[in-house]
Amino acid sequence: MPRRERLNVVGVEPVGPYALLRLVRNGMEPGTPGQFFMLEAPGRVLPRALSLCLAPPSELQFLIDPVGPGTQALAELERGEAIHVYGPLGNGFDLTVERPLLVGGGIGMAPLPYLAEALRFPPTVLGFRSELHAEAAALMPGAEVVIDPVLVTDVLPEGFDILACGPEPMLRALPSGQLAWEAPMACGYGACYGCAVEIDGELKRLCVEGPVLSAAA
Amino acid sequence: MQLLNASGCLDALVAPDVARQLDGFVTKTITPLPREGNAPPRIAETDHGMLNAIGLANPGRDRFLAEHLPRLRELGLPLWISVGGFGADDYAETCAVLRDVDAIELNLSCPNVDEAADSAAEIVAACRDATRLPLYAKLSAAHPDLAEVARAVAAAGADGLSLINTLRGLALDPHTHETVLARGSGGLSGPSLKPIALHAVHTCYAATRLPIIGMGGVATAQDVIDMVACGAKHVAIGTALFSDPAAPTRIRDELAVVDLDDIFARAHAATKSRVYAA
Repeated sequence: MPRRERLNVVGVEPVGPYALLRLVRNGMEPGTPGQFFMLEAPGRVLPRALSLCLAPPSELQFLIDPVGPGTQALAELERGEAIHVYGPLGNGFDLTVERPLLVGGGIGMAPLPYLAEALRFPPTVLGFRSELHAEAAALMPGAEVVIDPVLVTDVLPEGFDILACGPEPMLRALPSGQLAWEAPMACGYGACYGCAVEIDGELKRLCVEGPVLSAAA
Repeated sequence: MQLLNASGCLDALVAPDVARQLDGFVTKTITPLPREGNAPPRIAETDHGMLNAIGLANPGRDRFLAEHLPRLRELGLPLWISVGGFGADDYAETCAVLRDVDAIELNLSCPNVDEAADSAAEIVAACRDATRLPLYAKLSAAHPDLAEVARAVAAAGADGLSLINTLRGLALDPHTHETVLARGSGGLSGPSLKPIALHAVHTCYAATRLPIIGMGGVATAQDVIDMVACGAKHVAIGTALFSDPAAPTRIRDELAVVDLDDIFARAHAATKSRVYAA
């Protein structure tokens, strides 16, 4: 069951151009890798949907790309402040795969460190648009890293079960597997109908049906 | 005072724990035929609110009655059915087949679909002929003479008013200068609406003395108090449910020491305008 709690900020650490927001867990369940939480963005009307990046025993950690007013407010939080957090929400990755391969693109790598822990650190391919962005690969030691113009699809080994998160063109270019999608969300729990995406020819709510969806080969 | 959700701001089947905090559940608007809704992106945050252009996505009347309504009844909550359409006949036909629900809210003001060709009063009159269930007319504050519309729907047989719906707005991407929403415009909700909603409730209560469900930017006990002080009998929560699914319980706790009946009685006494005589 998702819970909504006010969590204290441990700190925010820069990871390349991104920010790793560390919150005191306060008994909240981290959920399955690929599930997400709604984080109160100070000064904004709506919370922001973020998948969990890492879950050390006493913390919940989120990787944030500060691209707009909400994510910037989250990245500017300071130790001692507190925000409301609601989750875990949605459907995460199915971990019963035989030969996992993690594939991430840009900020889409956010849920992969936690997923890698759950799957005992399987092979991983990460793609970034610049050297600066690629500094985030430090969160996933051992990952193969490519930088634009080289794409993750250029270096994918065959014969693996792909678990991926990244920009839509990357997800659409992958052959098959479990894909974590993104859509703007107001609520995260099926109330607003804002996160509609086309699934099997129908518009469905990504927060309820996803965010992880299986794509057939 | 009953605390409800604003139509389209909660799916009680997906989030029953949120719905059970309310005194009644208002469904998303039901139209005669199924609607997928508008293409994404459908929502955009603004500085003091949000825009949505969902486009009345719903399973359609037949599937709602066959599949959704029986499951909603299992919640044991009073049910308000929001009814929409594109002409008076659409609305009336849905009203005619609704049984054993607590009330009908006629959505006469969705900003995200082409407007019904018939006037609000014509639609209410057609629905009045089709059902004896309580009929609430949900009006838009965008009308230049809202009191006149309120009087007209009262004369046509409305039992109450729902005020207000979202107001049309636009949000632009700062980099591309294109609209964030695929549809272009959307309905503005959230804190920005509150003063407009208070004015609408105040004006329409003075004009009709009908029971009013006040909504628009309600997120705190003070917002509820303000609505009631303007003449609202009941209050609905919309956008605040998105950021805080526990908002109804929080607001009710905050209201525990407030005498809303007294506040409403004073609002009633202060309403000096001519009362509409049916």
